Amino acid sequence: MKIGVFALQGAFIEHERALLSLGAEVKEIRLLRDFTEDLDGIVLPGGESTVQGKLLHEEGLFGPVKKAIEKGLPVFGTCAGLILLANKLSNDPNVYFGTLNATVRRNAYGRQLGSFAGELDFKGVGKFPAVFIRAPYVESVGEGAEILAEHEGKTVAVRQAHMLATAFHPELTDDLRIHAYFLDMVQKAK
Amino acid sequence: MTKTNNRWELNKNLAQMLKGGVIMDVTTPEQAKIAEDAGACAVMALERIPADIRAAGGVSRMSDPKMIKGIQNAVSIPVMAKCRIGHFAEAQILEAIEIDYIDESEVLSPADDKYHIDKTAFHVPFVCGARDLGEALRRVAEGASMIRTKGEPGTGDVVQAVRHMRMMQSQIRKVVSLREDELYEEAKQLAVPYELVKFVHENGKLPVVNFAAGGVATPADAALMMQLGAEGVFVGSGIFKSGNPAKRARAIVQAVTNFNNPKLIAELSEDLGEAMVGINENEIKLIMEERGK
Repeated sequence: MKIGVFALQGAFIEHERALLSLGAEVKEIRLLRDFTEDLDGIVLPGGESTVQGKLLHEEGLFGPVKKAIEKGLPVFGTCAGLILLANKLSNDPNVYFGTLNATVRRNAYGRQLGSFAGELDFKGVGKFPAVFIRAPYVESVGEGAEILAEHEGKTVAVRQAHMLATAFHPELTDDLRIHAYFLDMVQKAK
Repeated sequence: MTKTNNRWELNKNLAQMLKGGVIMDVTTPEQAKIAEDAGACAVMALERIPADIRAAGGVSRMSDPKMIKGIQNAVSIPVMAKCRIGHFAEAQILEAIEIDYIDESEVLSPADDKYHIDKTAFHVPFVCGARDLGEALRRVAEGASMIRTKGEPGTGDVVQAVRHMRMMQSQIRKVVSLREDELYEEAKQLAVPYELVKFVHENGKLPVVNFAAGGVATPADAALMMQLGAEGVFVGSGIFKSGNPAKRARAIVQAVTNFNNPKLIAELSEDLGEAMVGINENEIKLIMEERGK
């Protein structure tokens, strides 16, 4: 399996490490020429969504990636990645790919003092250590989007067909089960 | 769900999210918006950029909290602010206004010529400057969750940042190459805790994210620092002291992402207008890098 990890800005190396240790092949995507047909899935890492969104446009990646996701390319977004996938942001006029039927609130827990970690229940995975850094959460989900994890009544992980997104950062822990969950999605989509 | 509250881990994690990005000095909400729109991953709110601090002379202090709040309200990206070395009361004020990162910075006049702030006493994260591995690990031992090179701020001259980054990287390579029983002596020589030297030995890197800062003025400067091992770049005076700040800021952001792509950086470097004038190393009156060791 070959997974493209967006390396525009943020914590992409952490995702690469997790995917490599699960036996996947990894390719960094910075420019349009890196976004090749042979990718079985893509990862949108944590970082600043404003920066990544901007660079996606400037490098000409935005249209082709959006089209590929719409056509069924498996995608896993964490934190900023969730924001890029959401079809509505409740506190920001921007919409990026907009392929995920979910309304997401940016910086929903406030500034860095609101960042936290803890354990939650992840459907199909079990108890999982979750790290939230200036994190968003999902305010509501639309058609086809299934809630996979909640924290204090707020949705923090969703899946819609070939799209998986979390408000927290599995790539910052040594627990690889959510990455394995994604690779399983990729495998089944092949 | 159970909650843990290991602030140092969470604060290191925020620095991880900033990697591959550019943190820009801004003095007004308008500049902060320009920086955010250009793709800054965070902004540093301060009353005067380092070049102007040099020009003005006198004692340089933490910025007015009202000015910082104005910038916090203007942008959605993390906002950092500087306090003086050792001035924990300024740091407490910055924490009280929920700043995302405090830079205990040699750019301001040091408030304590002996002690740095005990950063473990704070919930908010700190970034500190360093010229070599010893300084970097001492700051980490005091609780810094991010390191940057000191460089020589406000000069537009990248030579000191290069010197500091090369020094850190070569010292890291040396620590990696040591025998385990030599690490104790190395800790003594560096004047840092043994555990931190052991971490560097085992991982080949600092325990926290390491950015370049000080004198970065062009996309090529940014690419140089990234190729030398920086995980991201601070740009202080280089943007808003240049002819076309928005365009230069955008170009530096793209150069950091594509630091190994000279063809693209060549395109990015075209028509940027005038770079900041800059001061050469031997023309500087005030050496900021000497502050806080």
